[in-house]
Amino acid sequence: MATAYSSAKFVQPLSLNSTINGRSRDNSLFDPLKTGTSFLGSTRKLRVNSVHSNQGNVRRRLPVVAVSEVVKEKKVKSISNLLITKQEGLELYEDMILGRSFEDMCAQMYYRGKMFGFVHLYNGQEAVSTGFIKLLKKEDSVVSTYRDHVHALSKGVPARAVMSELFGKATGCCRGQGGSMHMFSKEHNLLGGFAFIGEGIPVATGAAFTSKYRREVLKEADCDHVTLAFFGDGTCNNGQFFECLNMAALWKLPIVFVVENNLWAIGMSHLRATSDPQIYKKGPAFGMPGFHVDGMDVLKVREVAKEAIERARRGEGPTLVECETYRFRGHSLADPDELRDPAEKARYAARDPITALKKYLIESSLASEAELKAIEKKIDEVVEDAVEFADESAPPPRSQLLENVFADPKGFGIGPDGRYRCEDPKFTEGTAHV
Amino acid sequence: MAAIFLGVGAATALSPSNCFDSKKFQLSTRRSLSGRKPWFLVVRSDGSVNLGSNQRSRRTQQLITNAVATKADSAASTSASKQGHELLLFEALREGLEEEMDRDPHVCVMGEDVGHYGGSYKVTKGLADKYGDLRVLDTPIAENSFTGMGIGAAMTGLRPIVEGMNMGFLLLAFNQISNNCGMLHYTSGGQFTIPIVIRGPGGVGRQLGAEHSQRLESYFQSIPGIQMVACSTPYNAKGLMKAAIRSENPVILFEHVLLYNLKERIPDEEYICNLEEAEMVRPGEHVTILTYSRMRYHVMQAAKTLVNKGYDPEVIDIRSLKPFDLYTIGNSIKKTHRVLIVEECMRTGGIGASLTAAITENFHDYLDAPIVCLSSQDVPTPYAGTLEEWTVVQPAQIVTAVEQLCQ
Repeated sequence: MATAYSSAKFVQPLSLNSTINGRSRDNSLFDPLKTGTSFLGSTRKLRVNSVHSNQGNVRRRLPVVAVSEVVKEKKVKSISNLLITKQEGLELYEDMILGRSFEDMCAQMYYRGKMFGFVHLYNGQEAVSTGFIKLLKKEDSVVSTYRDHVHALSKGVPARAVMSELFGKATGCCRGQGGSMHMFSKEHNLLGGFAFIGEGIPVATGAAFTSKYRREVLKEADCDHVTLAFFGDGTCNNGQFFECLNMAALWKLPIVFVVENNLWAIGMSHLRATSDPQIYKKGPAFGMPGFHVDGMDVLKVREVAKEAIERARRGEGPTLVECETYRFRGHSLADPDELRDPAEKARYAARDPITALKKYLIESSLASEAELKAIEKKIDEVVEDAVEFADESAPPPRSQLLENVFADPKGFGIGPDGRYRCEDPKFTEGTAHV
Repeated sequence: MAAIFLGVGAATALSPSNCFDSKKFQLSTRRSLSGRKPWFLVVRSDGSVNLGSNQRSRRTQQLITNAVATKADSAASTSASKQGHELLLFEALREGLEEEMDRDPHVCVMGEDVGHYGGSYKVTKGLADKYGDLRVLDTPIAENSFTGMGIGAAMTGLRPIVEGMNMGFLLLAFNQISNNCGMLHYTSGGQFTIPIVIRGPGGVGRQLGAEHSQRLESYFQSIPGIQMVACSTPYNAKGLMKAAIRSENPVILFEHVLLYNLKERIPDEEYICNLEEAEMVRPGEHVTILTYSRMRYHVMQAAKTLVNKGYDPEVIDIRSLKPFDLYTIGNSIKKTHRVLIVEECMRTGGIGASLTAAITENFHDYLDAPIVCLSSQDVPTPYAGTLEEWTVVQPAQIVTAVEQLCQ
């Protein structure tokens, strides 16, 4: 138990049972940032999660530290508790490399005119996706936002299917009908891919509700599926976020709310948009624990994720996890990204999660340079293959136009001739006007 | 007149006061639903007593799928099923809902005050006792989120029915209804179905004020991927409820605040109404009157006057607001060559406006006169009774319109 707390700031709800009384008792234990000054932001000093204090609850404030020191801290931890096995380490590394290479390839393809519209890349945030999703079973669900390529890949959707979808081909995971912002996969329980921020959170809450329903109403005793909802800092000011925190805590739904706080909502700094920028503190207000974790460190994320997911699986209810992370690229490929301070970008670039994991694996002798290089090469091939596949795939034919508007095509109604409109051959050709 | 009592055990003493004591009726309903299988007792005005049982009716598998009732048919159906039971529209909705919940354990209800309170219009009364708090879920007041939750549940295998306490409140859920309910099946390439039913009372009531008197069918009609139906009688209320629940498409079922206490005798046998079909209310020769929901009753009232004046209007309750049943409507137009649309929607962008466009596109050659569309005025429904009356179409206006149309 101690490990989870040592790697993250952790706030419990003030009292899980009653509502009013615990305040004074618990406040001192769980409120490290009482003064609430610099949390995070481009113009303030960076705060590093550094707490191993043996004195219990005293938190030290450190200035910006170099990567080597961070790694040293991790190294100290690794001796005392081996967080991952070699196999796990390689799996995590491969997943993060896949995410990074894929996104880099997306950027290339976009500028070459192979994909269009709004494309939002995940570079820099891989630790969150890998850290969380690699702990899930296939039956667990993931709900994402428009920055969903890497969530899809981590959940198991083949790179080919995602790339084809981005190219708008019929072989895409959504038959080319969804695009970059709408990645869905029934097989892998990826419930989207949503263009409006916040609108995926209720859907995730619904999936968690189904899990609880299956267990309690349909009596499927072994149903312990967990849902993860990923969203950003901007979304945390949206009503749907708060409404769902309330409902999830109220009904103890098996869901984990994962905030990917990359400090920027397009050009709006989190600090300029939020009255209290410490998002993890909003969990206890609704009766669930709130974690804050270094989202640039996949091992720390994984530790916290394990806690939260297990908690949900046991039926103890939701958790709010705030991951401090950063996107190395602009909001989307159309974003000139002029507002962010280059110094801030440099600081975070130095904390690149992939570089950090690589160092960790090598320095703790879990893997060799050669093995990691082999993984990188393998992923290069996977991504190249995905591009080739997408290139060669055919775009959707006209006949696909009307196919998925309704699950039951009787919904198009009855035509003047008395037959259902969907029986009209123009429907299968896609040339009918609806 | 006959009266129905749901009871467990011996028959209660009947008196005229029992028939009209709605509170007592509710109480006995609650008891029976939570206890043994409900049975009911029909007392006829001639003093004879029949025993009925829901259990028997459920075993009767006869499904009447095409329930377009014509004048002749309705006479036949009542004589054929003398065993039918009488109930109010909200009870018909509940009956349909309960039958579907019995039939499929994945069917669940969520909404504000649907559980312990029994629904603000009593549609879900007693269901929480019977099915539990998770299957009949009392939600906090967060329309957008609990509608979205219903959609997420539908995507993962449940069949939820989301109740908007008043349809107007669903304006808050527009994000979820438009983006996820309507479009998600398409954007996911057909991978996820959303078999959700969104229902609730709307329409202009009795001095409820502008915000509680909205007609959301006009706002939702452009959303691709959804179906909209409006019920108007206990018969089609139950039938449409059942059909909507069984449909794999997302369906929005519009009920009307003033129609919940309509009484009608409905069959004991199981039946569903076709979601895409219109209902022939009164066949005629001179003019086609297309209407739905509450306006059906204003039209029928006007029809009495018109018949006395020598006109023979054909009245069709379109029922399916999206998509339109162009077959029934078309056949009628081909017969009468004159169309009057009577609706409660606003004049601008309402169902009538769309229907006018659809008829013009498809049946222009058959029209002898321009289509007349009577809708509510583009005015926020006032509180004052007199003003409210003038925003909504009244029978007198319908009579005048038919007379003008048939000159």
